[in-house]
Amino acid sequence: MTTPTTATPPAAAAVAAGPPETGARRRRRAVGLLVLLAALAAAVVASVTVGTNPLSPGTVWQALTSTAGPEADVIVHEIRLPRTLLGLLAGAALGLAGTLMQGHTRNPLGDPGLLGVTHGAALAVVLCIALLGVTDLLGLAWFGFAGAALAAVAVYLVGSTRGRGPTPLSLALAGTAVSWLTYSLVSAIVLMDQQTMESFRFWRVGSLVGRDPAILPQMLPFLLVGVVLALANGPALNALALGDDVARSLGHRVGRARVVGLLAITLLTGVTVGACGPIAFVGLIVPHLARGITGADYRWLLPYSALLGAALLVAADVIGRVVAPPGELQVGIVLAIIGAPFFIALVRRRRLVRL
Amino acid sequence: MTLLASAPGAPVRRRGRLVVRIGPFSAVLRLRGAATVVLGALALLGTLLASLLIGHSDVPAADVIATALGLSSDNQFTVWQVRVPRAATGALVGAALAMSGAITQTIMRNPLASPDLLGVTHGASVAVVAIAVAGGVYGAVSGLLAQLGVPLAALAGGLLAGGVLYLLAWRRGIDGYRVLLIGVGMSAVLMNVTLWLLTRGEVTDAGRALVWITGSLNARTWENAVPVAIALAVLVPLALLGARSLDALGHDDDTARGLGVRLDRDRSVLLLLAILLAAIGTAAAGPILFVSLAAPQIALRLAGGHRPPLLASALVGAVLTCGSDLAARSLFGAFQLPVGIITGSLGAAYLIYLLVLRNRKASA
Amino acid sequence: MTEPPPPQVRLHAEGLRLGYDDTIVVDGLDLDVLDGTITAVIGPNGCGKSTLLRALGRLLRPHAGRVLLDGAEIRRRPTREVARVLGILPQSPQAPDGLTVADLVARGRHPTQHWYQQWSSDDEAAVDEALRLTGILDLAERGVDELSGGQRQRAWLSMALAQGTDLLLLDEPTTFLDLAHQVDVLDLIERLHTELGRTVVMVLHDLNLAARYAGRLVVMREGRIVAQGPPSEVITERLLAEVFDLEARVITDPVAGTPLVIPVGSKHRTEGSPVPVV
Repeated sequence: MTTPTTATPPAAAAVAAGPPETGARRRRRAVGLLVLLAALAAAVVASVTVGTNPLSPGTVWQALTSTAGPEADVIVHEIRLPRTLLGLLAGAALGLAGTLMQGHTRNPLGDPGLLGVTHGAALAVVLCIALLGVTDLLGLAWFGFAGAALAAVAVYLVGSTRGRGPTPLSLALAGTAVSWLTYSLVSAIVLMDQQTMESFRFWRVGSLVGRDPAILPQMLPFLLVGVVLALANGPALNALALGDDVARSLGHRVGRARVVGLLAITLLTGVTVGACGPIAFVGLIVPHLARGITGADYRWLLPYSALLGAALLVAADVIGRVVAPPGELQVGIVLAIIGAPFFIALVRRRRLVRL
Repeated sequence: MTLLASAPGAPVRRRGRLVVRIGPFSAVLRLRGAATVVLGALALLGTLLASLLIGHSDVPAADVIATALGLSSDNQFTVWQVRVPRAATGALVGAALAMSGAITQTIMRNPLASPDLLGVTHGASVAVVAIAVAGGVYGAVSGLLAQLGVPLAALAGGLLAGGVLYLLAWRRGIDGYRVLLIGVGMSAVLMNVTLWLLTRGEVTDAGRALVWITGSLNARTWENAVPVAIALAVLVPLALLGARSLDALGHDDDTARGLGVRLDRDRSVLLLLAILLAAIGTAAAGPILFVSLAAPQIALRLAGGHRPPLLASALVGAVLTCGSDLAARSLFGAFQLPVGIITGSLGAAYLIYLLVLRNRKASA
Repeated sequence: MTEPPPPQVRLHAEGLRLGYDDTIVVDGLDLDVLDGTITAVIGPNGCGKSTLLRALGRLLRPHAGRVLLDGAEIRRRPTREVARVLGILPQSPQAPDGLTVADLVARGRHPTQHWYQQWSSDDEAAVDEALRLTGILDLAERGVDELSGGQRQRAWLSMALAQGTDLLLLDEPTTFLDLAHQVDVLDLIERLHTELGRTVVMVLHDLNLAARYAGRLVVMREGRIVAQGPPSEVITERLLAEVFDLEARVITDPVAGTPLVIPVGSKHRTEGSPVPVV
């Protein structure tokens, strides 16, 4: 069976220790980091100032440090700031999760959704709307997270050979299967119950709008654990990129590395999907972009992916606010529309690497 | 003919094959493949018959058969305007989607590839959902326009998306892997557009649109069945003629070229055939989940061999779709589930079964 | 434009520039392959041997220059027609899962078949013969994916033979084979040449086997041909040092009388070697 999988470029051949450091690469990383940080700062400033009620950066600063009048205070503290923070957290989480997923499936199309988390979360959300009548987004978030986690566990179990962890291929297959099953169930429930459909269709399009600020402190501990696990997974991913056997011979415990990686993906994606709904494409394109800056070394790739994901998501959210006045375009849609042409251009330009 | 002066031995007998030679005409008949086709045809007949006999209004079996054979005209409407066209649409659409899947999987050398990745089904979905939430055809207009407008829009959307994909994927030739990657990208955009459109309209319109994008055979009439039948009558023979190229395309590009296959031409023609088949099937009944993906794999396992057989895949697809529709409309009483939900669940179960089977084999 | 090459030249390459996307692998290469010869292309890894072979077999479109097959530009001729004259075995060919050896070898008959003529008695005879020649008759019903590396290599070679062409381009036909089977395969190629007058161009890694079986060696380095001619003239200690950066002795093969390369290696290096010769 032939499946689309990429080989890591030969540059990564020296893997366990990471590719050899060259001056050009180091310079590229440094410049990339500066550009990324600048972009992130610009996106954050735009995100707190731009909207139906434009505020100047000075006003925002005033509101943050002391007060800028009751209206501006409310806008900044209750709406813009939480929304921006949510965007930062979600973007960083999805960027990390995407990179981990592509590393663990050795597949350039690896998206966190491949682990079944998106549809798993959707099923939990739908069940919870239909059976318990919960409709507030804070409540849904935790059901979504639980659903995502359950789906990830199911995918892991179905994809695993007894006594050994899943292979990249079986993981992708199991993810597809579980996604289908949950998708069919979701469709069936939604079609039989119009009220559920009404709430669900808005959840289904990922968005940063109208989330309860209380969600932020609740998300944090899970995300922190996820980030730590993800970053710790970097060296093992470098070895896994050469195939499970090579990784084993280099002294890595493949099964454990995979569990750590999948746990991190589940935490990062699950919490994000719960809070914002499914946001496509960040996890898919961020790793490709970041790889252009850092090269294939996952120890660098992972933190850069987090920064890039955060900048991208916040920027896309800002764009969604201004393109279709007086309404807003959900961030998921914006990302798909600007992300896909980019992705297609990438596929057309790059020499296709496969295993 | 002998290559070298070594003594030619007795001809090698190959098990399970029948060689037919008449004059310049010669062909190999694989017995297991042929048996699969015959069994598939019988199963299809059985499913069609069951679809005629079982239905919402209670008509005795004898009366149905009498009407179907033209001996009686008591239940003319139920039989000829409701059940027969619905069953026929199901079978034809299933066959078209499955054949499209078989071609796609062979060209891409990937058992998980499906016409969904050719952009066709998602393109069709965008078109139909756009119409539905614009409050147009589905809601306000009825009659002929509702019957024809949606399939036509779906066909246009599907073909447009398929065409764009083909153009984007062409770069000094068609490469299966590049098609796959670009297909994934396009599908993601179109799917998000669909989701966004679903949030725009009235919830009832969105619900109807959702039924369509899950794939449904509800209220399908001759207007749906006839175009698919005509298209299949043209496209199936073309596809069967391309089967020999498909054999060679299963190899890597160098081997196929070395064997004298005009790679880019053959691959393009077959890809366009797959796009057309999928677009026409989708236009008639929506993107019925999983049929295009699983039917070829089931047929492959039944018939044996190294690539999904075209004819057997089409028959399996027809049986699967028709049978699932029968289940979808009779399992839940008065509520008619879209057939796509049954096929989708079946598909997931089947994939999980395959995986568990494989894993058990691997650990044994 | 040069004059049309003389008729005994089967393959003629002129001014070839070959590469993938933006990297040029071979530049300004001319080559003639004469009728009824065995030519071996040798050279260090990455010197463009396989690339050249792919271009000769019209699998790769040259950036510049052209390849003539029997005097006509190969890319202008219908590819099916070419496939009846020229068979090529690529470097790492792939077969779909579940394909049997007999089916694979039967693929070699593809160029001569039509939709109404899918399995003539000629096809059957050629496939049986090809299976017999490579000694894999008893593997005919096995799946290609179940074979060992060496068996698989012979199955692919068998496919190329079944094609029945009098021109064969083989990219490392002996990879994955143990020494005995390497000799078997090369003996077979030699018989095809002597008994049937087949013309063979092959990429080989083993210099000694190349020198023994090929009538003509083409030595490449960095995309250029640096030497060509009969093995006894081409294989010299100086050439090995220049082309392969290999310090070696060349003696006469006691069996075949062809040059035999004995690499020196660091342990046995005499001058300037930190390790004394034992």
